[in-house]
Amino acid sequence: MKMLSTLQTPRSTLSRFSLPSSTITTQAILTHPQPTTAPPSQILTLRHSLLTNTLSATDLIQSHLTRIRLTEPHLRSFLHLPSDQSLLDQAHDLDRRIAAGEEVGPLAGVLVAVKDNICTADMPSTGGSRILDGYRPPFDATAVKRVKELGGIVVGKTNMDEFGMGSTTEASAFQVTANPWDVSRVPGGSSGGSAAAVSARQCVVSLGSDTGGSVRQPASFCGVVGLKPTYGRVSRFGLMAYASSLDAIGCFGSSVADAGILLHAIAGHDRFDATSSKQEVPNFLSHFDSASSLESKPLKGLRIGLIRETIEDGVDAGVVSAIRDAASHFEALGCSVSEVSLPSFSLGLPAYYVLALSESSSNLSRYDGIRYGNQVYAEELNSLYGESRAKGLGSEVKMRILMGTYALSAGYYDAYYKRAQQVRTIIRNSFKEALDQYDILISPAAPSAAYKIGEKKNDPLAMYAGDIMTVNVNLAGLPALVLPCGFIENGPTGLPVGLQMIGAAFNEGELLRVGHIFEQTLENCRFVPPIVADSVE
Amino acid sequence: MSYTIFRTFQLHPFLLYPTSILKLQNRFFHSTTIKATQSQQTQTQTKHSTSTQSKKLNNLPKDYEPIIGIETHVQLSTNTKAFCNCPYNYGSFPNTSICPVCMGLPGALPVLNSKVIEFAVKLGLALNCELAFDSKFDRKQYFYPDLPKGYQISQFDVPIASSGFLDVDIPLEYGGGHKRFGITRVHMEEDAGKLLHTENGNYSQVDLNRAGVPLLEIVSEPDMRNGIEAAEYAAELQRLVRYLGVSNGNMQEGSLRCDVNVSVRPIGQSKFGTKVEVKNLNSFASMSRAIDFEIARQVQLHSQGQADQIVQETRSWEEGSQRTITMRKKEGLADYRYFPEPDLPSVILYQEYVDGIKNSLPELPEGKRRRYEKMGLGMQDVLFLANDKNIAEFFDATLAKGADAKLVANWIMSDIAGFMKNEKLTINDIKLTPEELAELIASIKDGTISGKIGKEILFELLAEGGSVKEIIEKKDLVQITDPVEIEKMVDKAIADNPKQVEQYRGGKTKLQGFFAGQVMKASKGKANPGLLNKILLEKLNS
Ligand SMILES: [Zn+2]
Repeated sequence: MKMLSTLQTPRSTLSRFSLPSSTITTQAILTHPQPTTAPPSQILTLRHSLLTNTLSATDLIQSHLTRIRLTEPHLRSFLHLPSDQSLLDQAHDLDRRIAAGEEVGPLAGVLVAVKDNICTADMPSTGGSRILDGYRPPFDATAVKRVKELGGIVVGKTNMDEFGMGSTTEASAFQVTANPWDVSRVPGGSSGGSAAAVSARQCVVSLGSDTGGSVRQPASFCGVVGLKPTYGRVSRFGLMAYASSLDAIGCFGSSVADAGILLHAIAGHDRFDATSSKQEVPNFLSHFDSASSLESKPLKGLRIGLIRETIEDGVDAGVVSAIRDAASHFEALGCSVSEVSLPSFSLGLPAYYVLALSESSSNLSRYDGIRYGNQVYAEELNSLYGESRAKGLGSEVKMRILMGTYALSAGYYDAYYKRAQQVRTIIRNSFKEALDQYDILISPAAPSAAYKIGEKKNDPLAMYAGDIMTVNVNLAGLPALVLPCGFIENGPTGLPVGLQMIGAAFNEGELLRVGHIFEQTLENCRFVPPIVADSVE
Repeated sequence: MSYTIFRTFQLHPFLLYPTSILKLQNRFFHSTTIKATQSQQTQTQTKHSTSTQSKKLNNLPKDYEPIIGIETHVQLSTNTKAFCNCPYNYGSFPNTSICPVCMGLPGALPVLNSKVIEFAVKLGLALNCELAFDSKFDRKQYFYPDLPKGYQISQFDVPIASSGFLDVDIPLEYGGGHKRFGITRVHMEEDAGKLLHTENGNYSQVDLNRAGVPLLEIVSEPDMRNGIEAAEYAAELQRLVRYLGVSNGNMQEGSLRCDVNVSVRPIGQSKFGTKVEVKNLNSFASMSRAIDFEIARQVQLHSQGQADQIVQETRSWEEGSQRTITMRKKEGLADYRYFPEPDLPSVILYQEYVDGIKNSLPELPEGKRRRYEKMGLGMQDVLFLANDKNIAEFFDATLAKGADAKLVANWIMSDIAGFMKNEKLTINDIKLTPEELAELIASIKDGTISGKIGKEILFELLAEGGSVKEIIEKKDLVQITDPVEIEKMVDKAIADNPKQVEQYRGGKTKLQGFFAGQVMKASKGKANPGLLNKILLEKLNS
């Protein structure tokens, strides 16, 4: 396959880490040596091992705790980790139930990390903000509730840019997470902690949130699968709102199958979210073809459009070449691939920032120090508000609140908010037209691979520009799947590049099916970062 | 969720902005005993003060025209709040009816209670409005401790109902007549919580029980010209929401809150004068007096050439001193940065749904009044009967049993109303049923019992219940209509009082009443009065 040319370099540098899985701690997870490089479903493998008693949940947790001890000091993916004992208690309980022959849920024993802006009743939930330091919600977010009901074990709350406002985790009030592929680099953001945790196998899957690319860009930076579902597919109840009309809870996994299984667990209507959809949730995996049964052209007839505007100037050459190779790979699988132009594409970024910041300026008003969170004593009410928010909120958040407040102010509303809504309609329509013509649209997930910590910290405009690949999808409310497709030469072992696949509304099933085939047929390409191997040695 | 820590925030209430609101709210929480006596005083004052007020109004220079518009907030009596499942009961212990949604906790989302739409459509239809079939919610943004999310979910540019009107009958004592007041809009929104201040004023506490309770805001056209018209508009609105069952309309509990905008302008001027908002109107009487005071104040300033001293401000009605005082001056227009509420889908109405509600609307006060009027009832009766939905229903139910409207009206207006007033009961509390009232009236009409006995039976029915027939039988109250029996009693009365007979026959014919009384007494009130008088006259004059 043509794309192998770009993959040669990383593969060779990666070779020392592409150990047979049995030598990796994850014998718990990767029970059988994999003949191909295709990532297996950790969830299905684990389930098989637990139910056939080749692995106990207690052993699973023990090795997890060991891995956390080894990796977490380098990565800082988590803002909160539950006590070892509470995890072991859950494991004992699961072992007992399996031994007793009880039915266990489809996520039984699956270690799930949860982004810190998703509420958990038994753990702090700060949204990465000082103003909520120590805050414990009295309820679980619907997505978390469903994960727990299906047997998933929440292994911690992951680091993020404060309230989702950032692309690196550098805007977290508490810590910066490192990229498992190169700890001097950012993991992306805002769901950087969740992406790094999956990448470094600190959990099996994780929940993130995606308002303008906050799942997809870190998935790309960390070389994992990231899924941003259709707006309304997953309940937002319990997700601290950044921009309500754009926010979506998304899934990270080390394989397309795992991301699909997690989505299936959390998707569906919720009476606590009026914007959640009543669309039926199909069993995504039932449409998966196993790698062994694949024909030579398994995607014959599939029409793929490569968005021209996403591979033009300003996009890293290595990224463009990885995406072009991915396009060739699709052709090899039988797809027809052509370039498609979305003239409104560049309008997405300004429209996105106007809408997201306007909504956020309103959504963040509740952090006023009155009912919960940090309050600064003051003699006078306005000072109480001012001081509490001045001390509790970080500079990026303050800047965005100010901009959003400005955009909604009398006299500016029509020029900003209203106009941005009109642009949103144009973008939505242009995507709809393109998706009438093509089954799937593809693009890079980010204009570059992971950059250095601190590199763009003082250049917010450069950082905002990095969202160009992803924001349109949120404006259009569409589902998008990001999966690693190649490497660029950088860092100690090369840096992963993510391919973004955009589908029609509520057609996550097709994205997952195609993504699964893509992933299974991508040869000689393992997206396991060096830290995973290092942590065992 | 009870385990979410509910803290107080420390600050001095007198430094809070806007200062005077808080002072007022503070006063509101004073002990109830003081309040009770105050309101009694107010009631007694009301009666004469309105008449003196109208005199005062007449004394005002005729060259000014007052313009009054009213914004009314009606708290809906849904089982649960507008966007969460919390119940709301007035007077509950603070923060016992709250949840993550109405507390504005991170991650909580509003989900609209569909009853709110139903109630809004009901009121919109009853106010003869045009309905918006595609409306939406918006966020009205400002910071205040009683507003948990930092914004109020409301409706801004597309209210669910607009361009309607409300018909009102002005009571005769205020000149009578029929008035139609325009309704600008009706929109849905949520209520805020309440601030409570500690005794020493060191800190304030927030009670969020009321936060998220559904409200309808009804904005009138500036169509009223004096306090009475405004109060009648508000009273009719109260009747309407009670008839519709969308609110208890209780002003004391704040279920019906009116803010009025008052301005005056020289007659002939088309531009409105500077308008002043008057708040803290806890009864229709205080509303009427506050407006008339405010009109007089503004007219006086105008006529003294000091119209520039009328500034755009919010004034508060002071019940004690019977005047309005400055609460806060408006520093330019507040910018609430409205934008569409992204957490809630737009509100789409279907014709079928609206028709269903339209067809299930009860007869409204205006309809009842016109119907009663056509029955030939006097306006005073009409207004009384239609004023209270339950009384009107009682009246209608009695009519349905075939009773005569005027007779039923008389019974309700006099003895029944008197009984309810004395016993402090409502029409729903009394034991008398419409069926029995109809039966009672019929029994008098057909001569089974006398009117006097009828009254006795009525009071027994009111207090004890039971049926007319039973009481008549049990107490042997059937009227004596046998002429022979009555003749015997008349004979006895004449025989027992020879002196009076002589006086009567000597020309003192007024003594007929004396003899009738004697016979009545002897018959225990059961003698048919007509027959008795006929026989008595014959005997006396023979
Ligand atoms: Zn509630």
